[in-house]
Amino acid sequence: MSTETTEIHAEHGGHEDGMTKKRILKVALILTAITCVEFFIALYLVPNYTTFAHTWANPLYICLTLLKAFYIVAFFMHLKFERASLVFAVIVPILFIIGLILVLTNESHHWIDLRM
Amino acid sequence: MSTAAVSQIDEVKSTPWSGGRSPFNVEYGKMMMWFFLLSDAFTFSSLLIAYGALRFSAYAWPEASLVFQSVPGLIKHGAPLVFVGLMTFILIVSSVTMVLAVEAGHRNSRKEVIMWMILTVIFGLSFLGCQALEWAHLHSEGFWWSSIPTDPKKLAEFFDPKLHLAYASQASSAHQFANLFFTITGFHGFHVFTGVIINIIITVNVLLGTYEKRGSYLMIEKVGLYWHFVDLVWVFVFTFFYLV
Repeated sequence: MSTETTEIHAEHGGHEDGMTKKRILKVALILTAITCVEFFIALYLVPNYTTFAHTWANPLYICLTLLKAFYIVAFFMHLKFERASLVFAVIVPILFIIGLILVLTNESHHWIDLRM
Repeated sequence: MSTAAVSQIDEVKSTPWSGGRSPFNVEYGKMMMWFFLLSDAFTFSSLLIAYGALRFSAYAWPEASLVFQSVPGLIKHGAPLVFVGLMTFILIVSSVTMVLAVEAGHRNSRKEVIMWMILTVIFGLSFLGCQALEWAHLHSEGFWWSSIPTDPKKLAEFFDPKLHLAYASQASSAHQFANLFFTITGFHGFHVFTGVIINIIITVNVLLGTYEKRGSYLMIEKVGLYWHFVDLVWVFVFTFFYLV
């Protein structure tokens, strides 16, 4: 057991330089900056610009959230440095989630009529 | 006998995808953690998508800036996002300390692993404390599972006054909001709680020298994956409950 894990760990050593302390700090700063942008939108732009609040605010929030998710999964969870087969094994099933989002958002627009 | 040439069909296959070695090139436990997290992502997505569908089909929804505008113990009104902003930063910082523990593990530096793991546990516990305060605050306002403020005037304070909604639609939206909020943040909080417990167990193991003996700190990576996933889910919960 112990030799096995050591071996695998050594095998990983080749591309483990992916996350150095400097890079960790950089990703942390990016995540903090994105969160600050979200606060700026929520606390300044949305209360002051009504058309912006109704049109661009929500799509922007979702894009920024997905960007944050990318940085967490790719760098903190190290997925960017794994083999393509593992990356696809994790990412492709997410298509089912996208499918459910499309189906239920579409459906919910009909539910509102049923509430009359 | 042993010198006879091996026919092609009897040859031991050694390539990935033919059983020779794992095509994923990760240790078994780490691979299974990834697949567990994928299943957990489905669970959280189902909850969040159900929330979205109910919210889309409602005439109005309690305004996040009116529901979450207090800092428990300090500010009663007019500070939207401040407290949840603090919670978000705590969780991001705990994620950073976790990834630093993983990085220290790669260098087999036991002392640094211990330091970063203890910090991760502390930040995890502070997040849980903040969440407890947030829940207690909402509960004091009258929200709970299937429970909303009983006074219609008090309830109307949580909705956009320009919409002039009937009490019935306010009440039904507020009920759905309360149920979904406590269920989803509760499920996330439960994950944070189990994450903290797992982190504590791993920290004790590091202190006992278990991974030193094993020669690898791979276990830190596995719990790290779980902990980052908890942070990842919070990113979505934060956006869809507090911002949108």
